[in-house]
Amino acid sequence: MRVGLFVTCLVDAMRPRIGFASLRLLEAAGCQVVVPENQTCCGQPGYNSGDRETAKTLALKLLDEFETCDYVVAPSGSCAGMIRVHYPDLFRDDPTVLNRISLLAQRTYELADFLVNVVKFDAAPGHFAGTLTYHDSCSGLRELGIRDQPRALLATMPGVTVKEMAEATTCCGFGGAFAVKFGELSTRMADNKCRHIEAAGVDAIVAGDLGCLLNIEGRLRRRGNHTTQVLHIAEVLAGNEGDD
Amino acid sequence: MQVSSIHFKRSVTEKLNDEKLQNALSRLQTRFVEGRAAVIGEIADFEETRTAAAAIRDRVLKNLDQWLLHFEQQAIARGALVHWAESGADVNRIVTEIATLHNVRRVAKSKSMVTEECGLNEALEHAGVEVVETDLGEYILQLAHEAPSHIVAPVVHKNKEDIADLFAEKHQLPRKTGIPELCREAREILRPAFLAADMGISGANFLIAETGSALIVTNEGNGRLVTTLPRVHVAITGIEKVVPTLEDVTTLLRLLPRSATGQSITNYVSMLTGTKDAADHDGPEHFHIILVDNGRSSLLGGDMQSMLRCIRCGACMNHCPVYQNIGGHAYGWVYPGPMGSILTPTFVGLENAPDLPNASTLCGACGVVCPVKIPLPDLLRQLREKQMSLGLKSWQEKLALKLWGWMARRPAVYAMVIKITVRILHFAGGKERMLHHLPGASGWTAGRDMPAPQGKTFRELYRQRKLS
Repeated sequence: MRVGLFVTCLVDAMRPRIGFASLRLLEAAGCQVVVPENQTCCGQPGYNSGDRETAKTLALKLLDEFETCDYVVAPSGSCAGMIRVHYPDLFRDDPTVLNRISLLAQRTYELADFLVNVVKFDAAPGHFAGTLTYHDSCSGLRELGIRDQPRALLATMPGVTVKEMAEATTCCGFGGAFAVKFGELSTRMADNKCRHIEAAGVDAIVAGDLGCLLNIEGRLRRRGNHTTQVLHIAEVLAGNEGDD
Repeated sequence: MQVSSIHFKRSVTEKLNDEKLQNALSRLQTRFVEGRAAVIGEIADFEETRTAAAAIRDRVLKNLDQWLLHFEQQAIARGALVHWAESGADVNRIVTEIATLHNVRRVAKSKSMVTEECGLNEALEHAGVEVVETDLGEYILQLAHEAPSHIVAPVVHKNKEDIADLFAEKHQLPRKTGIPELCREAREILRPAFLAADMGISGANFLIAETGSALIVTNEGNGRLVTTLPRVHVAITGIEKVVPTLEDVTTLLRLLPRSATGQSITNYVSMLTGTKDAADHDGPEHFHIILVDNGRSSLLGGDMQSMLRCIRCGACMNHCPVYQNIGGHAYGWVYPGPMGSILTPTFVGLENAPDLPNASTLCGACGVVCPVKIPLPDLLRQLREKQMSLGLKSWQEKLALKLWGWMARRPAVYAMVIKITVRILHFAGGKERMLHHLPGASGWTAGRDMPAPQGKTFRELYRQRKLS
């Protein structure tokens, strides 16, 4: 099974270890992983800011790079959601591309979803020990129905105890450009999230999207919380060795 | 109503720092979010019911003109008079004329958001007609000279204490503290207003084409008094509220109270059909129905048409993390929350509400709770596209997007720029690996740190790994 790893622009730039953790997990699950080297961005920033044309151009670029893969997997619910849900919408009036893009969309998965529902993976090699709480990132949850998958994977890890926090499905306030354009509002939303994380009394907050994690970690630290770890689900599942 | 949506950002700052408001808003979660969650399970096929409801609304919108004419015919056949108002000013003129015709001095009014669009109360008062709002929330707002901040719970921004103070001041009675006592006081003040009213004004949650009826759902019983006691009843509602049959309405009624207030059904569901017959003990002698366009028809046939499915339940705002943190007044016009962020720019002009379509993380919470499946996040995004194509975006944003798009299409340039940028940010993050300031992103760093990048990009590390 040939799986194309879409690293995502945020992981590429900010925390490559998430990309490598995803790679290890996919390989551990028996996939042949390819990482197209010219990949950049799925186009979501443009799409959500009203720049449909740029989004279309980048969608076509991604299509060319990943079309030969059996599956496309991204360690992000929002990028996977962009491809899976919104790419077909971008080309709804262009039947020639629509067919190709829809086929790609159907083969695109968020990492935890792919591990659970496609390759039925249940042997996470990570060795996290402690309590954690899972934040349901918006696009993953509401566009792709990702809620039980990451929890199921975490449940297979002997050292992990998952404690649910209040309002786990409420947005953390990231929202891409929103976080800068409406900084105060975004900060308040992040702060609410941090309060729930702290009330859950856990060692780590885990999510499937780096955008949320940067936002949450940024607010936690500014609040003076330097102890709660902020981790991507791939990091927890795969462990962190060797990539720092 | 005056439009102040242009000041959205300034209002947000104000609302975030308003401790009383924040306190009041904290009740939304338990009252509405958990309330709804608790009752939707009563319907075994809730998702299918949503689909059916959306289909009912779409069926109407597809031939709205015909359904409205059908409604008009049926309403007239049962003794009502139907008026068509193209604008808010038309509504005010028609109501004033009706008041003059029937020699109306006093009006008792039940809740109507459409009349907020028109500023009807001011117009009537200007014409020398006394208006009393009888919905408890609206009554409180009338006393306080404030606008509703929620379409279902208009006074959600106020605390019990504020209301106790307001009543003591306006009623000149000893200050009450308990909710039942405050309610009783309001009832005692309002009762004479119902009895003295020459005319009752209500909205309508639905207009039923089959029977020519106006249907209202309420919890306080004031709606029933307003529509049956006075000799004249005027029902004012948007043209999109028409529904073909009673059967259709029952489907929508399974969703409306559950989505709105977490109730299986409201305390009152009133179906108002025609005027008082010789055999009837009560009911109005004259029943006028005003069908209001005020911008709605401009949505027909366009990419915003699905917004006209809206049944005004408020679930989108109850579940919106933005609304939950700032309340309704910041949105600057009649309708707040996600539905307001679409209706306001659509009705009053994108240039007058440029922030509203962008004031959302597109988290999708509104879309998944909408009982008639309006794709609210998609509509917000479409408004952003419209802003882009009309040149209503700031040059900084346009430049940033263009630059990003240009780079992302050129992997070599992209790789180089990102490599250099993350290197700089990595070193700027120091031992702490945390950035406290970011040029051009003070919106982020004013209240948050930014975790510094790891140092090398995935791309670089992956290539190194492959070479080694």
